[in-house]
Amino acid sequence: MDAQTPGMSTKAVPEKVATKQKNNRKWAIRGSLTGRQYTLYALAGVLTPILIWAIVNEAAIVPKIFMPGPWDVIQRFYSWIVNEGFSGDLLISVQRVSLGFLAALVFALPLGLMAGTFKPAEAFLEPAMDFIRYMPAVAFVPLMMLWCGVGELSKVSIIFIGTFFQMVLMFGDDVRRVPLQQIEAAQTMGGTRWEIVSKVIFPSAAPALLTTCRITLGWAWTYLVVAEIVAANSGLGYAVLKAQRFLQTDKIFAGLIVIGILGLLQDQILRALHHVLFPYLRRH
Amino acid sequence: MTKAIDISHLSKRFSTKRGSTLVLDDISLSIAPGEFLTIVGASGCGKSTLLRIIAGLETSDSGSVHVGSKAVCGPGVDRAMVFQDYSLFPWMTVKRNVLFSRRLAANNHDKLARQRGAEHERALRLISLVGLSAVQDSYPSQLSGGMRQRVAIARALMSKPSIILMDEPFGALDAQTREVMQDLVLSVVAQEGTTIVFVTHDVEEALYLGSRVVLMSPHPGRIDTIYDVPMDRDRNVMMRVDPRFVALKRMVMDRVRETVGLSLDKSAMENNLVEA
Repeated sequence: MDAQTPGMSTKAVPEKVATKQKNNRKWAIRGSLTGRQYTLYALAGVLTPILIWAIVNEAAIVPKIFMPGPWDVIQRFYSWIVNEGFSGDLLISVQRVSLGFLAALVFALPLGLMAGTFKPAEAFLEPAMDFIRYMPAVAFVPLMMLWCGVGELSKVSIIFIGTFFQMVLMFGDDVRRVPLQQIEAAQTMGGTRWEIVSKVIFPSAAPALLTTCRITLGWAWTYLVVAEIVAANSGLGYAVLKAQRFLQTDKIFAGLIVIGILGLLQDQILRALHHVLFPYLRRH
Repeated sequence: MTKAIDISHLSKRFSTKRGSTLVLDDISLSIAPGEFLTIVGASGCGKSTLLRIIAGLETSDSGSVHVGSKAVCGPGVDRAMVFQDYSLFPWMTVKRNVLFSRRLAANNHDKLARQRGAEHERALRLISLVGLSAVQDSYPSQLSGGMRQRVAIARALMSKPSIILMDEPFGALDAQTREVMQDLVLSVVAQEGTTIVFVTHDVEEALYLGSRVVLMSPHPGRIDTIYDVPMDRDRNVMMRVDPRFVALKRMVMDRVRETVGLSLDKSAMENNLVEA
């Protein structure tokens, strides 16, 4: 009590002032929100565009053929699931993304580790990769169709090309960010080069490597849709393209929303994995 | 007298785009087994570089470092190093950090490594020696800066090195924690009988810990003076106010200032010469 300024006590602060201070905290620069408040704002952020969409639709400003209402989209999505082979489209798309992404990961991880650890490997790999990554992956579609035909391989290759080169460069950066002190500490304990790469550099960089995977997996979905729109007869991207041919705008909407939700889900799964695998990074 | 470390005529240059600078100029120094040697000096005197060359993390341009009878040509298990910060493995608990060296092939010849019980026992004993038994299963991110440095010291002791090299290990700690850590390091070293080379820019720290203090002068790094600290090895807080200690501290601090002043004058003169 005696530590307080004379004439002021906590009880004397009117409740209104207290609430006002809390609100200031909310909108303060780099302020903070409670978990519940955050969820509320996030929900509002998702619902606002849907509400605007519903209102515009109800007001019939845009013809239904160009802009179906939320309810039309839900109905179409239901019939897509029941009659139009949604699960097949979903499965083949997931399969393509998984194959392309995993292939890129399997080759990029050792190369990235090498490039981030050894200077000659960096010099050999990085300028070359930097050059190739500026060639848009989409521009490889015609070439891949020529080389691999219209089968699965061409889609998987596009996803591979779109992610592999970036992954090597990003993995290299992740590995280079491992603090030198950790490496040198292991060296003074007698660690060999291989021991330091496998027991220090890799586990130390692992959280950053997983984050890189999360980012590049997002790109893999983009390239999948591109590949399916240009050269496929199955998959979510193809379904969206076909819907356009038949003027099924509601199905285009449904397809876009599904791809968005898939991306969100996958992102959340990888975040959860990050949380489980790296408990030492949790804030206590 | 046997020597734990023998440094003779060591020189080192750093090359940059603007030319090369001499960081270490003809350093010769012998360190006895079990000695606690501290190296102090203004920034740029090359004290950390000297330590890193002893560790084998950097190479010299001329001269040699011998540890025991072997010439140093790289890092080795006989010389553990404690860094200022960021050297703990954040994904390992305190106990696993301390046990890390046991997982390296270089320590396999040690019979202890095969007797898992014994190595765990030693790790736990070292952890309790540095006062961290209560947090042995915590991660480094959950510890304070002082606690993290205690883990680093226990980890360095784990493989029973004959020498521990400490590179400003308490430089990032607050003054109170630093004093506690200094007493801790003295008591731990007394128990383990390890030879210590301790680099610091803090004159009081150097005198409080060292039985000998090497003062280095900057630009280029040279050994300026070697002080024998006349107090006995059983040191405690009272020593900090001992008039002899205070007088010695005054003297060394004045000398550190002089070395900086001298080198500033010299570089100013060199600049004048260049301009003329």
